[in-house]
Amino acid sequence: MDALDLARWQFGITTVYHFLFVPITIGLIFLVAIFQTAWYRTGDEKWLKLTKFYGKLFLINFAMGLVTGIVQEFQFGMNWSDYSRFVGDVFGAPLAIEGLLAFFLESTFLGLWIFGWDRLPRRIHLACIWIAAIGTLLSAYFILAANSFMQWPVGFRYNPATGRAELTDFWAVLTNKVVLATFPHTVAACAMTGGALVLGVAMFHLMRGRDADKPAFRSAAKLGAWVVIIGFAGTAISGDSLGKVMTETQPMKMAAAEALYSTEQPASFSLFTIGTLDGKSEVYSITVPKVLSFLATGSFDGKVQGINNIQADYAALYGPGSYTPIVPVTYWSFRAMITLGAFAALVALISLWTLRRGRTPTSKWLMRAALVLPLVPLAANSAGWIFTEMGRQPWVVFGLMKTSAGVSPSVSAGEVLTSMIVFTLLYGILAVVEVRLLLTYARGGLPDVEPPKEKTDDDQLAFAY
Amino acid sequence: MELTTAWFILIAFFWVGYFVLEGFDFGVGMLVPVLGRDDTERRVLINTIGPVWDGNEVWVIVAGAATFAAFPHWYATLFSGFYLPLLAILVALIVRAVAFDYRGKRPDARWKARWDWCIIAGSAIPSLLWGVAFANIVRGVPIDASKEYTGDLFTLLNPYALLGGLTTTALFLTHGAFFIALKTSGDIRQRAHALAAKLGAGAAVLAVAFLSWTLGLRFQTGALVAAITAAVALLGALAANRAGRDGWAFAGTAVTIAAAVAALFLALFPDVMPSSTDPAFSLTAANAASTPYTLKIMSWTAVVFTPLVLLYQGWTYWVFRKRISVRDIPA
Ligand code: HDD
Ligand code: HEM
Ligand code: HEM
Repeated sequence: MDALDLARWQFGITTVYHFLFVPITIGLIFLVAIFQTAWYRTGDEKWLKLTKFYGKLFLINFAMGLVTGIVQEFQFGMNWSDYSRFVGDVFGAPLAIEGLLAFFLESTFLGLWIFGWDRLPRRIHLACIWIAAIGTLLSAYFILAANSFMQWPVGFRYNPATGRAELTDFWAVLTNKVVLATFPHTVAACAMTGGALVLGVAMFHLMRGRDADKPAFRSAAKLGAWVVIIGFAGTAISGDSLGKVMTETQPMKMAAAEALYSTEQPASFSLFTIGTLDGKSEVYSITVPKVLSFLATGSFDGKVQGINNIQADYAALYGPGSYTPIVPVTYWSFRAMITLGAFAALVALISLWTLRRGRTPTSKWLMRAALVLPLVPLAANSAGWIFTEMGRQPWVVFGLMKTSAGVSPSVSAGEVLTSMIVFTLLYGILAVVEVRLLLTYARGGLPDVEPPKEKTDDDQLAFAY
Repeated sequence: MELTTAWFILIAFFWVGYFVLEGFDFGVGMLVPVLGRDDTERRVLINTIGPVWDGNEVWVIVAGAATFAAFPHWYATLFSGFYLPLLAILVALIVRAVAFDYRGKRPDARWKARWDWCIIAGSAIPSLLWGVAFANIVRGVPIDASKEYTGDLFTLLNPYALLGGLTTTALFLTHGAFFIALKTSGDIRQRAHALAAKLGAGAAVLAVAFLSWTLGLRFQTGALVAAITAAVALLGALAANRAGRDGWAFAGTAVTIAAAVAALFLALFPDVMPSSTDPAFSLTAANAASTPYTLKIMSWTAVVFTPLVLLYQGWTYWVFRKRISVRDIPA
């Protein structure tokens, strides 16, 4: 493998890994904030216990999101220096603004929340977690705006004298039609992830846990289940508009998502396809008529372009070369995203049903489903991103710069190999550590709590490392 | 003033903020085994920075991202050129941050001892390597006509840069010791006082040597003034420490670090990464910068949000102003 392939693998590994923690962070922080708000409003101790219980899981996860994020930030310069030179003018701004607006908010107010239980008035302490939660959304918006520029560059002009993309309209970058569709979709997916974690853990305790904890976990399970269901509806609705934007901006990605080799009108949605290995034609498929036309264009008779046609057009436009992503990856990751999401929503529905009117579920199957549930939307998220990013290849900035042109010329394959091995090993070890910790804390019942009181001088810290 | 100059100053400001704030975090981290004789004492030390270390670390993220936005070539050349040291810094920051969070999550002593090592190494490695990196930036590294770094790892390990690394390490240790003295009470505080005096003397020698060498390499009047300020502030800090004035001592090292970093940036200007191959290939604030439009957008954002950040981060320090002692640590 050369430096380019290694850098791509490293970027893929580290980014997918970062995005295992991010959706939990974004989803769970809102749920914890809701628990704490419920406690603030009702004074019912069960909400305080839930706040502390899920808050602990949140913090264990947050630490990992944080440290893997720093790697992301540095990696553009370390591994993709020519890319950074080319787009820095446009792409650096949202990244810097994310740091200044979002990361400072998140880290500072979370610090206040963790340590402030008995240092701050209750109302202000509650405000801290909400501010941090809003910070996570801001950070998602700016990073997604940066990413959307790579999917569909707007608000810039190419300067042939410097060979760089130069920003001309920052507002256009922030209101890129891709980010307007991607943001709600990603947020809905994050909500599903947080909801599934809350639901899965609560179902476990309802079936196996202490009786004393059950009323609280019943409330948590219901809330979690609703969030998963609504989140799934949100992903489906926003996914639909995202699909239309994608067809407009990157028709090749849509064709590759469907393994649609030649242009069809009306086009049918593929449920299962086997293609030839060179990715040029299909061998066997099961399809539903007209559905793809609707998904891509909003009309049952719309025309959807096929891979081979687009490839020919692009070769004419951009010069000879392959403009086709790896079709099996795009095709199957797209399906994995949707199927896994639907599965999570189904489990949430069944859970709600078994919890109706004070009942407690007993099914062994539901128990098993609950145990894997937190992982399901996570996997759907990874699949969605792998689809989005690999479906854009060979471009790193669509239509402007190929991935192969973005890599750092001064970094050797040996250096990238070193860093890739280091990150992979380190991330592997940390994953084991964090999963074990999460399991330990998730299995333990609700903590005993005393409502926080104003501080007197001899009190111990309510929270200390 | 030119926008590029303004952004050079802002980038310097973010780095100053980072080193002043995370400097004492690193110092506390390195002093964990020295000043923390048992588990409770170690927890006292870690809790002095508990609520703030994460916010402090964001300064480096913003410094990096702002460099990306305002000086893309600087970001690209620096981060790809200093690849392996940055990798080491990243690994250190990762294990350190995770250690703070996970250390107390299990009672067993082996678990804690392992994370303690992560905190120590995770604080020492960046302290040393940031110094090495900045010294190399000032000294100049081989850069070719297409703005690419052409040296290797060993190019970076020259005596001047290593002296820079030792200086930052010693300064952060002193700064951390003063912070501990300021934030704790009882026995730990006494030991921190005593240790800070020794560390500070060592740091003073190293800092004077390093800053003189720097001025020898690239003399600028402003840098000289900053270097003198740094030295005077450090002596003041040591005097305040003897007088038992913890707050003044800590403020003293904060000024020392700020002035020392300012001296480096003043010596650097108008270059941002001088080329040792040919001065014509040097990256300067002008030729590494983004377009005026981007800089303008970034300026507005910085002007509005930086004061806000300072305000709420400052408030955090106020909320957690109380000293911590072994009595505060729950069993
Ligand atoms: C729980 C996770 C989840 C679920 C259930 C879904 N998605 Fe999704 N999807 C994502 C999580 C996700 C994601 C990981 O968040 C992506 C990656 C990039 C993005 O914007 O969101 C994504 C990307 C993504 C894209 C690619 C956008 C692009 O490349 O520009 C499309 C077209 C869809 N999704 C469409 C859908 C549809 C029609 C769904 C039907 C239910 C759906 N998604 C469910
Ligand atoms: C968090 C969710 C994301 C995931 C899981 C993800 C995943 C990936 C993967 C798997 C690749 C490799 C594609 C290939 O090489 O074939 C890639 C490429 C890339 N992504 Fe993303 N990505 C995410 C978000 C982002 C964002 C938000 C940005 C920018 C702000 C970004 C920037 C890039 C760049 C620069 C590349 C080019 C390098 C390459 O092709 O390997 N990614 N990403
Ligand atoms: C490849 C591009 C990405 C970069 C450069 C990046 C950068 C970072 C950094 C530096 C942090 C640490 C912040 C801190 O210290 O508080 C972080 C955390 C975070 N990132 Fe990313 N990120 C990327 C992808 C994404 C995406 C796609 C999203 C959301 C859609 C996201 C959302 C978050 C959130 C919410 C956090 C804070 C929560 C946590 O630390 O777990 N990031 N990221």
